[in-house]
Amino acid sequence: MAEMPHTEAHAHAEHDHDHKPHGWRRWVFATNHKDIGTMYLVFSCIMFFTGGFFAMMIRAELFKPGLQLVDAGVFNSLTTMHGLVMIFGAIMPAWVGLANWMIPIQIGAPDMALPRLNNLSFWILPFAFLLLLSSWLVPGSAPAGGWTMYPPLTLQFGASFPMLIFAIHMMGISSILGAINVIVTIMNLRAPGMTLLRMPLFVWTWLITAFLLVAVMPVLAGAVTMMLTDHFFGTSFFNAAGGGDPVMFQHIFWFFGHPEVYIMILPGFGVISEIVPAFSRKPLFGYEAMVYATASIAFLSFIVWAHHMFTVGLPLSALLFFMFSTMLIAVPTGVKVFNWTATMWRGSLTFEPPMLFALAFIFLFTIGGFSGLMLALVPADFQYQDTYFVVAHFHYVLVSGAAFAIMAGVYYWLPKWVGRMYDMTLAKWHFWLSAIFFNVLFFPQHFLGLAGMPRRIPDYAVQFADWNMVSSIGGFAFGLSQLLFPYLIWKCVRSGERVEGTRAWEGARGLEWELPSPAPYHSWTTPPTEAMIARGAEH
Amino acid sequence: MYRARLGIRPGTWLSIAALLVAAFMALPAMADESSQGGWGLLNLPVGVTSISRDVYSIHMMAFWVCVIIGILVFGVMIWSIVFHTRSRGAVADVTLVHNTKVEIVWTTIPVLILIGMAIPAAHGLVLISDDSHAQLDVKVTGFQWGWQYQYVGKGVSFVSKLDPQSMAASELDSGISPYSVPHYLRNVDHPLVVPVGTKVRLLLTAVDVIHSWWVPDLGIKKDAIPGYINTSWFEVDATKPGVYRGQCAELCGRGHGYMPIVVKALSKADFKAWLQREAAAEKATPGAASS
Repeated sequence: MAEMPHTEAHAHAEHDHDHKPHGWRRWVFATNHKDIGTMYLVFSCIMFFTGGFFAMMIRAELFKPGLQLVDAGVFNSLTTMHGLVMIFGAIMPAWVGLANWMIPIQIGAPDMALPRLNNLSFWILPFAFLLLLSSWLVPGSAPAGGWTMYPPLTLQFGASFPMLIFAIHMMGISSILGAINVIVTIMNLRAPGMTLLRMPLFVWTWLITAFLLVAVMPVLAGAVTMMLTDHFFGTSFFNAAGGGDPVMFQHIFWFFGHPEVYIMILPGFGVISEIVPAFSRKPLFGYEAMVYATASIAFLSFIVWAHHMFTVGLPLSALLFFMFSTMLIAVPTGVKVFNWTATMWRGSLTFEPPMLFALAFIFLFTIGGFSGLMLALVPADFQYQDTYFVVAHFHYVLVSGAAFAIMAGVYYWLPKWVGRMYDMTLAKWHFWLSAIFFNVLFFPQHFLGLAGMPRRIPDYAVQFADWNMVSSIGGFAFGLSQLLFPYLIWKCVRSGERVEGTRAWEGARGLEWELPSPAPYHSWTTPPTEAMIARGAEH
Repeated sequence: MYRARLGIRPGTWLSIAALLVAAFMALPAMADESSQGGWGLLNLPVGVTSISRDVYSIHMMAFWVCVIIGILVFGVMIWSIVFHTRSRGAVADVTLVHNTKVEIVWTTIPVLILIGMAIPAAHGLVLISDDSHAQLDVKVTGFQWGWQYQYVGKGVSFVSKLDPQSMAASELDSGISPYSVPHYLRNVDHPLVVPVGTKVRLLLTAVDVIHSWWVPDLGIKKDAIPGYINTSWFEVDATKPGVYRGQCAELCGRGHGYMPIVVKALSKADFKAWLQREAAAEKATPGAASS
């Protein structure tokens, strides 16, 4: 499936005389940014459906009160693995895949700066997830302490415990290498004339994301390593009986965890900032404000971590500090939403699938932002903490935020990648089914949380039955609708209508739209002209 | 190059909308066996303590602020989506890319709104944090899976676990309908008994993993952590004796969903009598749990 676009590209781009390796060697020894990007995206898609399968099992068990399908321990493994697979396997690799495909093209570079490192950072991932997923087969089954892995609970698990730790280490190494590559590429390989403030926002947001990754993935590695030595070598970092502190793990984990949240969403801000102007036929409103807002969010992400821990017994002064710093995030985030709104204002809008997903992103991410603001208020958080209100909140920002942004990006750039257009009607069906059933799935979870249902429970009191049933129905429908996505990509690659010229979308701006479609295997072997860069940077 | 085609006919729209409305209306009604479910259960409880009422008012303030901002922002977006479209012949105003005045306004106004929200939230937080002058101390110890309650200095101590009826019904494929069990998963063998109109301070800790003690009607949630003693407090309104239910809120293993919390608030006189009875019973059989 993934090989097609490139053989096509080779056949049709006359100027492209490169001899690329064929067969399995092309993928295993891949150094081309487009090939590696494709592998990341395919891997992410497989993980999306793996994590989605776990989610369907969770929703099936929660369909009605009582235990019908799985034992309580297995249920905990399902929620844990769902979180880990979706975060580290689906969302993050999808962004690295899009970065690989688009960053060199968008800054006028021939490839990523460190192609062999690029190969390594991808090929670590399948092994990391093989290790993680095979923990289902060991005695005691998969890790069941939540994706947040809090000790002492996580220290209670048997054979799966070291598998979890080493899988996290491998994912961390992969992310760090990928991030280094992005930073080096953007800092060194920009075409002459592509100044920092002419870069597309997707490149900007990824640059900032890459710095976040380099800063916090080692922190996570440190936290899980301390847990590893607690388990096997008799240390007591997190063991109260040995003089350690279980809360210290939470501080370290969330010092990683909160920037991690922005790692998943910032590139999404970038994608939306490309798509909204393209389909409004108008340059992005407040380009520089967008860049500064992104940087502010990244900075603030380092000083808000304890808002995940308001109930652990922090002193009043700490609660106040983290409440105020968290509320501040609403300001740059608001600036972004206002800028997108102003970009549409007095535009000439059309509603192709990328724009539909981008609009859903803005509406639904904003709703997630509202519940985030409510969660920042400590007294109210005492009620919300660890309930379905939180589950609803982070799915609004991660599914209708990050995942919708990834889909929007794929629908936007797919014609450029393969030189063919997908089935618009089917893509609109995918959009409407996703957008509607997403809300059927997650909106009622706000009610459940406020009414008193804690998260991560396999069974519940009967007053929660109604909304759980609604949520589960939404979940099944949302999950099944996603099957349309790989199907229509496959159909597009095989038999989509050919895209003529360089621009697949009338309003699209940027260097990627100066290249032929499909983008040649080696693009920008000669740098783009000043005129091309200026056209792309109309803001 | 590719113009938006109208992929889905209006008839399809109407059917989807009708289905959706039907689903939302019918489902909660269908499964409705307790009068509390579905549409009756959408929001935080107001609760029975000063804390829970403070929290409720902060929650509602934040909610309405979000609703108003949402209406304004979404309103502008929807306006653009409806009127500034190519199908209506709108021509893009490509000069509209920057406006310092507007940008200063939409940065400053949110800051002012946030300050307006932060003041009551901080004030509420200060009140909640003041656990001094407690009239009754109860040490709460979480374990896998239940709670131990010790009335400090009163000679009363017992363990509180999921009631046997819920336990039996909650087994995988138990064949017992959860609807047939009173307060399924929200009932315990020995509830925490407290007096109304009295400031009760909880001293929370745990022996194995982290748990979290939460009763929504009291408005408090606090983690019980090995090696820590966290404090929290509540004072049930003198006019609101009754039974208030909650459950553990921090993932603590297989039994996490099965460690409910039940608080029985008695009048001061009834509580005094209960405490004396309990203390006497414990003296007679030291160490035995009793209610």
